[in-house]
Amino acid sequence: MRYLPHSDAERADMLAAIGAQSIEALFSVVPAAAMRSSGLDLPRHSPEFLVEAHMRGLASQNHAAGDGPFFVGAGAYRHHVPATVDHLIQRSEWLTAYTPYQPEISQGTLQMLFEFQTQVAKLTGMDVANASLYDGSTGTAEAVLMARRLTRRNKVLLSGGLHPHYRDVVCGYLKDDADLVCLDASPEGQGDILDRIDDQTAAIVVQTPDFYGHLRNIETAAAVAHAKGALLIVVVTEIVSLGLLEAPGAYGADIVVAEGQSIGNALNFGGPYLGLMATRQQFVRQMPGRVCGETVDADGNRGFVLTLSTREQHIRREKATSNICTNSGLCALAFSIHLGLLGEAGLVKLARLNHERACALADALGTVKNVELLNATFFNEMTIRLPVAAEPVVEQLAGRGILAGVPVSRLEPGRPELENLLVLAATEPNDRCKHC
Amino acid sequence: MSMNTQGRPTGTTNVNPSTSSGAALLPDEPLLFEIGDTEHSGVDLPDVTLKADRLGGFRRKMPLDLAGLTEPEAMRHYVRLSRLNYSIDSGMYPLGSCTMKHNPRLNEKMARLPGFADIHPLQPISTVQGALMLMEQLAHWLMTLTNTAAVALSPKAGAHGELLGMMAIKAAQAARGQAHRKIVLVPESAHGTNPATAAFLGYSVRAIPARADGTVDAEAVRNALSDDVAAIMLTNPNTCGLFETQVIDIAQAVHDAGAFFYCDGANFNAIMGVVRPGDLGIDAMHINLHKTFSTPHGGGGPGAGPVVLSAALAPFAPVPFVRRSEGGLELVEHGEGQALGRITAFQGQMGMYVRALTYMLSHGGDGLAQAAKDAVLNANYIKARLQSVFSVPYPQYPCMHEALFDDSFLDQTGVSTLDFAKALIDKGFHPMTMYFPLVVHGAMLVEPTESESKQTLDQFCEIMLELAMDAKAGNKQNFVSAPINAPRRRMDETRAARSPILKWEREDDASEAAQ
Repeated sequence: MRYLPHSDAERADMLAAIGAQSIEALFSVVPAAAMRSSGLDLPRHSPEFLVEAHMRGLASQNHAAGDGPFFVGAGAYRHHVPATVDHLIQRSEWLTAYTPYQPEISQGTLQMLFEFQTQVAKLTGMDVANASLYDGSTGTAEAVLMARRLTRRNKVLLSGGLHPHYRDVVCGYLKDDADLVCLDASPEGQGDILDRIDDQTAAIVVQTPDFYGHLRNIETAAAVAHAKGALLIVVVTEIVSLGLLEAPGAYGADIVVAEGQSIGNALNFGGPYLGLMATRQQFVRQMPGRVCGETVDADGNRGFVLTLSTREQHIRREKATSNICTNSGLCALAFSIHLGLLGEAGLVKLARLNHERACALADALGTVKNVELLNATFFNEMTIRLPVAAEPVVEQLAGRGILAGVPVSRLEPGRPELENLLVLAATEPNDRCKHC
Repeated sequence: MSMNTQGRPTGTTNVNPSTSSGAALLPDEPLLFEIGDTEHSGVDLPDVTLKADRLGGFRRKMPLDLAGLTEPEAMRHYVRLSRLNYSIDSGMYPLGSCTMKHNPRLNEKMARLPGFADIHPLQPISTVQGALMLMEQLAHWLMTLTNTAAVALSPKAGAHGELLGMMAIKAAQAARGQAHRKIVLVPESAHGTNPATAAFLGYSVRAIPARADGTVDAEAVRNALSDDVAAIMLTNPNTCGLFETQVIDIAQAVHDAGAFFYCDGANFNAIMGVVRPGDLGIDAMHINLHKTFSTPHGGGGPGAGPVVLSAALAPFAPVPFVRRSEGGLELVEHGEGQALGRITAFQGQMGMYVRALTYMLSHGGDGLAQAAKDAVLNANYIKARLQSVFSVPYPQYPCMHEALFDDSFLDQTGVSTLDFAKALIDKGFHPMTMYFPLVVHGAMLVEPTESESKQTLDQFCEIMLELAMDAKAGNKQNFVSAPINAPRRRMDETRAARSPILKWEREDDASEAAQ
C-alpha cells in the first residue's frame, strides 16, 4: 500500500521492541465481540490510475458550470479564480499545516490570517474580523447567538429577504425557540421588518443584496434597530458586491456576516466555503471563532499569535462563546490571495463588470414576452416572474445545456405565490455576446 | 582552502564553523499592506463603462483601501510567508488527537476535476447525478466501516458534527416524551468541544471521573445515570490514547437508563476497519474526514464532520440527504417526518467528500485496517522506546494510536512541558499536544500516525531521549529560552490578549486611535 511506509520486517522489529507477539496483540483490550477478525465487505486497495478512472467516471456525470451558459447564483457564485491562487494554496506549507497553535513555526499562516482579518474589516467597513467560520449560513446563526449574549435579549427577527437556507439554519440552531420570528418571503423587496422591532428585540437580520437581488436600505434599518436597543446583523452572500456597494459598517451595522466563497474559492457543489464575520471593537470578546493578533517575540520582533482564546471551547469548555474549533483556514488563504491580487483597483473593476453583465442580462430579459423583472435595484442577481412554474422551465433548459438559474420553489416548496419565480445571476464569465 | 579540479572547495579546513539558522532563505516578510497599494493589481479585467447603474443610490463611498499586488509580487509574498510554516510534508507532526497524516496529492487532483469543483449546489439535480453517486458511495463506506444505519454528511467539521449528533439525540428524546432529560455525562478527559456542544443545546454537564488506569468506569457511569440524563458523550479510543475496555457495558447501561451514546470519533483512525463502533453500541459518532481520511488541515480547516447514526437516531438525520428513486438519485432538501432541518446551506463539504472517497478507494478495506494497525504499532513503539525515561501515567494496557506521557520525569529540572515542547522545535520537530488531556499533569500526547517510517520514529525518539537527558542534566537554559532556531522566539501572548491588535492600520490612523 503506497501510503504505508513499513515493510513486514520493520513491523516485526518494532513488535520485538514493544514486546508484543503481533499487532493484533496490541488490540487485546478490545472486547472480543467487537474485534473484526475478517475483513469488511469493501473493495481492496487500488492503484492510483484505477482510483482516478473511478473518480473521473463520477465527475463526468455532472454538468460543470463551464460547460455552457450558466446563470445560477442564490448564495454561491461562479467567478474566475486566478491560476496563482490555486497554485499557492497547494504549496505544502499552506496545505498541510495544522492550526497555528505553535506560533514560532506558524508565522506564515498567522500573518496571512492577520492580513485576512484586515481585508475583511476594510471590505465590510467594520472595526474587527475573525479568522473565519464554516460558511455564511452557520455564521449567521453564530451572529444571532452573539447578539443575544450582547443584548441579554432573546427576540430575533429574520427579514423575508434572507436566503431561505440561512433562515433554515438559524431555525435549526435555535430549534423550539419561540423568540425567533421569520418574516414571510419578500420577493418584491418590500420593507418588512422595521415595524416589528420592539424593546425585547436582540437583533434584526437583514441581507443585502437580498436573496431576490434587491438592495436593502441598511441605514434606515440600523437607525430603527438602534433606537430600540436592538443590534443590526447584516448578511452578504455575494462579497464581490462590496466593491461597488456601500460598506455595511458605514450604514451602522453591528455584526456583518458574509459568505466569502466568491473570492478565491470554487463552487464545489456547496462546500468548503468561507464564513466571514466582522463586528465593532467593543463586541470582540463575544465574537465566536479564532482571532489572530499582533504581538512581539522574546527578541522584540513583530509576530502574530492566536489570541483572546479565553472565549474558546478548548479553554472555556461549557462556557465558551461557541463550540467551533476547525474553521476554513485554507479557504481564507485563497480569499486573501485573490483579494491581494485584485487590490482595491481590481475589486472595484470586478464589481463593476459584474454589475454591467447583470444590467445587460436585465435588459435582455426585458425583451422576452411575458417575463416580468421584479427588481428596481440589483447588483449581479435578479428575480423574474415567469408566466408558468419556473422549475420545469429550468429543467427543460438544462436539457438543452443551459443552466438558467434557481427556481425559488427549490428553496421554498409548497408556496404557490413563489412558484413562478426564477433567480438569475450574471458574473464576469457571462459574456454578453454569447449568453444573453 | 583546498580546491578540486572543478574549483570547488574540498574539506572543511579554514571554513568558519557554521552558525547558520537558515536566515538567508527566510527573510522577514512585510505585511501585504506594507508592500502593495490601492493602485496595483494582479488581475487584468476589461474596462467597463456603467452608463446608468441600478444601484439605487447605495454606491460605495467608504474607501476600500485594499492593497493590491501584481502577480510576481503576490507569488513572492505568499511563497515567502509559506516558508515560515511547519507542515506535515516537511516533517513529523506528532500532535496527539489531531491525526496529522500524509495528505495524498491524488485527492487534491480529483477534487479539482471540473465535474466536482465547478458544479453549483443549486443546479438541477439531473445535472449532478455523479455528485450524488459520490455522496452515496462515501455514505456506504462510512456506514460499512462503522456498522451503522445512516449517515448525515453535511456537518462542516467535527464540532459541527457533534452539534448535529446531539441535536438528533435531543429531538429523539423529545419524540419519546423525554424532553425533561437535561443532563449530559462527559468524562473529564473529553475534548473541550464536548461540554461546549452540550451547553450550547441547553444541557448541563455532569463530569465522570476516570479510573486509575485512564479509562471510564462503567460503575461510575451507572451511578451517574438517572432519568434526567439524555446522553453520554464518550471518546473512544479516549483522549489518553486508550481503548475504553468497558465500552460495551457502558453502552448497555446508558441504553437501559433511556439515554443515548454519543461517541466522539476524533480518534477513529486507531480502529477503522478493525473495530466497528456500531458493534460497541454507539448511537451517533462524528468522523473527522480531515483526520481519519486524510483531507488536508490547511492551517486550520476546512474540515468535514459526517455523523453516523444508529437505527434509533436515523429518522432524525437532517436535510439534505441522497435517496435512490426510480429516476436515479434524488436529493431530499426539505424535512419529512421527524427529520431535523438544515444545519448548513447546501450539501456540506463536497470538496472533502471527494478527497475522502479517493483516499478510501486507494486504501481499500484492507489498507484502512492496515493503516489503523500501523498507527497503533507506531504509537506503541514510541511508548516502548521512551518509557524508561519518560513517565507513562497509564502503563497497564497497550496504547492505541497515541502515547501519553506526563511531566513527572521533569520533576526538579525546572523545565515545564511547554519548555520541553519548544525545545523540540529547535530540533526540527513540531511539538506534541501539550497539557491535554486535562486529567494528566503536564500532559504530552504523541500521535505519530501510520504515515511515519521506522527511521523517522527512531529519529524522533532519539531526539526526545536526548532532550530528556539534557533536562535532567540541569541544562534548563536550553529549554526556557527555546526556540532559538525558529523564525520567531517565544511570543508574548499576554500582550496580544491584553491590548488586542487584530488588524493592520496606517501609523497615523493607529496613533490617532490610541489617543
